[in-house]
Amino acid sequence: MTGDLVQFALMGKYIGAGLATMGLGGAGIGVGIVAGNFLSGALRNPSAAPGQTANLFVGIAFAEALGIFSFLIALLLMFAV
Amino acid sequence: MASEGGLSIDPMHQFQIVPLFGEGPLHWYTPTNQTLWLAVTVLAVIGVLVLGSTRRAIIPGRLQSMGEVFYSFVHSMVEDVTGHEGAKFFPYIMVLFTFIVTANLMGLIPGAFASTSHIAVTATLALAVFLTVTLVGLYKKGIGFLAMFWVTSAPLALRPILALIEVISYFVRPVSHSIRLGGNMMAGHAVMKVFAGFAGVMGIGSIVPIAAIAAIYGLELLVAVVQAYVFAILTCVYLRDAVGEAHH
Repeated sequence: MTGDLVQFALMGKYIGAGLATMGLGGAGIGVGIVAGNFLSGALRNPSAAPGQTANLFVGIAFAEALGIFSFLIALLLMFAV
Repeated sequence: MASEGGLSIDPMHQFQIVPLFGEGPLHWYTPTNQTLWLAVTVLAVIGVLVLGSTRRAIIPGRLQSMGEVFYSFVHSMVEDVTGHEGAKFFPYIMVLFTFIVTANLMGLIPGAFASTSHIAVTATLALAVFLTVTLVGLYKKGIGFLAMFWVTSAPLALRPILALIEVISYFVRPVSHSIRLGGNMMAGHAVMKVFAGFAGVMGIGSIVPIAAIAAIYGLELLVAVVQAYVFAILTCVYLRDAVGEAHH
């Protein structure tokens, strides 16, 4: 009986970790918006684009940071809980 | 794990830290694959930069131009982002960037150990950055450093809420800073191992996963450099908060 409970808890852990990774989809959307808008801006004004690549990467990094937290939750569920 | 299924390769096995010599428990002084590859990385960086800068030829050779490319790239990045005042932190950013980019690329050598895929390594780097930024900011601006949490451009009623959010986002910086690098490295290596597991069981059709591994390897080369760049440029952005003028 307790073995079944342990299996059940393990199942919940894996399902939870899998659900937590869905947050990374949001990070993907955010990174895509940042990069796409950079590209559309860069094609309108190509001479200004090289000076803005640092801003591009910082924007991507900040958009990605929130997805990383869901990845962190998945890691915690897999290895720490 | 997964011994009876089709997947016989454990994608996480490659991140195991094992002692170099024999078996046994890990102590802080035990030479492991982690310490070996960290040492190889440091020696490679020192080798390229020292050997490249001893000759100082007018027409640079391979090593010298590599060192010069590293130097001028990082220097322009630091000056662009942190401004003139932050340029005195150039040596720190240079060390961070060269170490991380070399460690990332070393980890991609087949059979090598990816030292930056471990949160312990990246968290140490990120915590050092966090402490540096906090201490430098408090030293340079005194109590005025805390003004960066008080967003004066916002309406007065919103400012306490924004201050709370800013404080939280300040303290999760080392978390996102370290996991971005470690997670990217770990995920890339694990994906390649998963595809390698497919290749082992598909017979003649395994040409598809092998081609996919080649494509992912190319992507990982890009990710290795981009993540080192992002780590360095975020350090510059954080340093700008500490030394530069308030930009909120």
